[in-house]
Amino acid sequence: MFKRIAFSVNGKAFNIEVDIRESLLELLRNHLGYTGAKKGCGVGECGACSVLIDGVPTDSCIYLAVWADGKEITTIEGVASKSGELSAVQKAYVEEGAVQCGFCTPGLVLTTTALAESGKEFTREELKRELSGHLCRCTGYQSILKAAEKSLEGHICTCVDSPHYKGK
Amino acid sequence: MAYTVVGKSVNKVDAIAKVTGKAKYTDDFHERDMLVGKILHSPHAHAIIKSIDVSLARALPGVEAVLTYKDLPRINYATSLPGYVDDGTETECEAECESDRIKFSTAGHPYSLDPGHRDVEDRHILTKKARFVGDDIAAVVATDELIAEKALQLIKVEYEVLEALTSTDAALKEGAPLIHEEHEGNILASGGFAIGDVEEAFKESDYVFEGEYETSIVQHCHMENQTSYAYIDSDGRIVIVTSTQIPQIVRRVVAQSLGLPWGRVRVIKPFVGGGFGNKQDVCIEPLNAAMTIAVGGRPVKIELSREESMVDTRTRHAFKFKIKTGINQDGKLIGIHISAVSNTGAYASHGHSIAGSAGGKFRYLYPTKALKYDPITVYTNLPVAGAMRGYGCPQIFYAFESHLEDIAKRLNMDPIEIRRKNLVEVGYVDPVSKNKITSCGIRECIDKGKALIKWDEKKASYKEQRGNKLRGLGMACFSYASGTYPVALELAGARIVLNQDGSVQLQIGATDTGQGSDTVFGQMVAEVLGLPMEMVHVISTQDTDISPFDTGCYASRQTYVSGMAVEKAALEVKGKILEFAARMTDIPVDKLELVEQRIIYKHSGESVLTLEQVAMQSYYDRVHAKPITSDSSNNARINAIPFGVTFTEVEVDIKTGKIEVLEIYNVHDSGTIVNPLMAEGQVHGGVSMGIGYALSEQLTFDAVTGKAQNNNLLDYKLPTIMDTPDIGVAFVETYEPTGPFGVKSLGEPPTITPAPAIRNAVLDATGVAFNRLPMNPQRVFEGFKKVGLI
Repeated sequence: MFKRIAFSVNGKAFNIEVDIRESLLELLRNHLGYTGAKKGCGVGECGACSVLIDGVPTDSCIYLAVWADGKEITTIEGVASKSGELSAVQKAYVEEGAVQCGFCTPGLVLTTTALAESGKEFTREELKRELSGHLCRCTGYQSILKAAEKSLEGHICTCVDSPHYKGK
Repeated sequence: MAYTVVGKSVNKVDAIAKVTGKAKYTDDFHERDMLVGKILHSPHAHAIIKSIDVSLARALPGVEAVLTYKDLPRINYATSLPGYVDDGTETECEAECESDRIKFSTAGHPYSLDPGHRDVEDRHILTKKARFVGDDIAAVVATDELIAEKALQLIKVEYEVLEALTSTDAALKEGAPLIHEEHEGNILASGGFAIGDVEEAFKESDYVFEGEYETSIVQHCHMENQTSYAYIDSDGRIVIVTSTQIPQIVRRVVAQSLGLPWGRVRVIKPFVGGGFGNKQDVCIEPLNAAMTIAVGGRPVKIELSREESMVDTRTRHAFKFKIKTGINQDGKLIGIHISAVSNTGAYASHGHSIAGSAGGKFRYLYPTKALKYDPITVYTNLPVAGAMRGYGCPQIFYAFESHLEDIAKRLNMDPIEIRRKNLVEVGYVDPVSKNKITSCGIRECIDKGKALIKWDEKKASYKEQRGNKLRGLGMACFSYASGTYPVALELAGARIVLNQDGSVQLQIGATDTGQGSDTVFGQMVAEVLGLPMEMVHVISTQDTDISPFDTGCYASRQTYVSGMAVEKAALEVKGKILEFAARMTDIPVDKLELVEQRIIYKHSGESVLTLEQVAMQSYYDRVHAKPITSDSSNNARINAIPFGVTFTEVEVDIKTGKIEVLEIYNVHDSGTIVNPLMAEGQVHGGVSMGIGYALSEQLTFDAVTGKAQNNNLLDYKLPTIMDTPDIGVAFVETYEPTGPFGVKSLGEPPTITPAPAIRNAVLDATGVAFNRLPMNPQRVFEGFKKVGLI
């Protein structure tokens, strides 16, 4: 059975019929070619398939494609600017050595992006909790945490009592 | 030694592709009308197939082929390619004969011309006898995944269930059923080595101590599961795109498994989402090739699920050790006897090599007058064990470094001093391999680690601890190797092409599976040719039709062994550039040097030509044009031994059995560090894997049925970011004279010693020795209860 849905991916509008049994991950990867979202488990354990749905990090493997009706989806392909310039989060991941095999990277970059855009302030422990839905076997999470901290630095809060305050 | 690019934390060459989603992994490629291959796994740990009926599955619309052992090639089958079509009919022989089907080995070792040195060929692509829960019984090719799944359910198999041998004890019991008829007593292989007379050494020793230690079965958990797709191209060759560490070996093993000439197979490795040794095994590609043959060469994909990947590929061998050690009053080790039982599961895969490697790499750390190593490798009805980061060393060093700690405690010696008394020195020649230690920074590593963790201060302050939360310190040392020499061939290849603009392409046969070898090789070329990194284009895909020959990514070999080939290729290109410049200018070649993309006079530094001018002439000079390239191969008949140590501080909650790692430092002597940021990343990942090995990870099985109980990422306790402490990293940069730019290996070693260091810290904190991994809360709680702490 198919159902027609309208949604956008990285600002591009789609209005298509989708198999009601399919996950958003399958729709993105197999039909639309957004292969940046990775399948590491297919059951919501590892976070490799994360995309932003209306700005919220979500495991696309356990999110039905039909639920995307009316939603704005951001995938890793939509994080850099149209002219190809990396976002601050992407730069931080590159510079801090947070990328090894790269399979968990798209999901982590997207979750970090959502945190950076949330405007909230996080302690280190809170930040770890926010990122804990993503499994990584290469990095021991050390450089990922550094990259996330760097991404959030001076980016989320300019209030004077914030540890991120840089005298702006 | 001063280098310009080597030693710098340049950005990983593929990092931008990976943060933008542009990096293509195997599953990111799509072929039109790609079919889906699925595997029927055995529900029994040990059973013979009495009958198998695939007629209903074959009749299901959308099913293109169903394969069982009956459909697989017989020996000398090669000539029927590519016209083989499975029409469903069976000849009399096809119905019954398994014995004339080809048997092969999946281990990712280089081929050996010596038949006695080859891996044990003990498996078929699909089996008539199930040897573990998950064994490959049949396979379906269908137009989509759901039809394929449905077809699997329609295959009717009648099994004669045999006793499941779910432990090495059960498998070794007299009268136990044989898992492989050819292997009496279920022993795959045995045999280690002996240096000196260990019994004599015990007689000479002031004390003799004994201990028993046991490790668990764990899994690699690379984030990308095994996945591949295969088709037959217009030349009738099988093309396989696969997530592998060893494309050249996949090519050979697929050909062997199907009885094909090796040149009829082409293997392409795109980006790989981690391997850690599991992809140093040829798990799914032979079946994938058989599937495409069965459907006339149309593309077929196999994508394992996480649940399949965790039991149907490879695991880490569990070991049981018995150690007996003779030592003198002053702490000098006199004789060591290590017996080991290694559990290889249902098939040989890497087989006895893991047990062999454990002893071989341990041998360097504490040279003693007498050392005897007696390992046996045993078949059981459990998933197949294979290569995993450290290759036997996390097991043996957990055992010995725990044992040595126990001895230090009994002799009331400082654990650091007892090790110092026995550590190897530069110049030592291993009596078995004849490898010579040509650099050794282990003592400096210990000094550094001890200072980082503030050993003396903390030791003093923890003397009088009370209460339910106790802190302790522990450490453990290791030695490893850089490649497999002299056990196996160490061949590597590199090819460089100088472009018109003075930039170069670098092609290597070595594979980057995330660890960063492409970047390190790029740095080496940039160093030799005086180029900035952006002028070195590293081709990160390996294709057996195109890439130079290299045996692949394993044994912590690439920076050292493949690095030699890269350096050689770069030096050759440099030589050719200078010769070309000499011809262009009539200046003798020995007066010229290449720096910063210019040809200069050696004596004055005065510019003569730009590199671009030479490059352009090499392409377009009407008389002398000859593009500058190199194609080098290097057979490394040498090995370099890296060393290191883990220091850790833990807090143990007596009431709950929970161990918290408060601080952990790994200090490595890996020779020159080519890229410090990436090197730290290797250590972080390795230590994290080691902490999981120590505290939480274990694949568990039902003792009766042999069925895995936690083959998923929820129940298998892979460390999350919440479970991982800050990991401290330091290096002692010795210069290894045999390595390119002074390097030794680094990739695998960080995983080796976190477990024994944590175990020793728990002993220090609580006085309780945990001689079995993992030290999860349940086991620790039970341990405390046993000794009356709770």
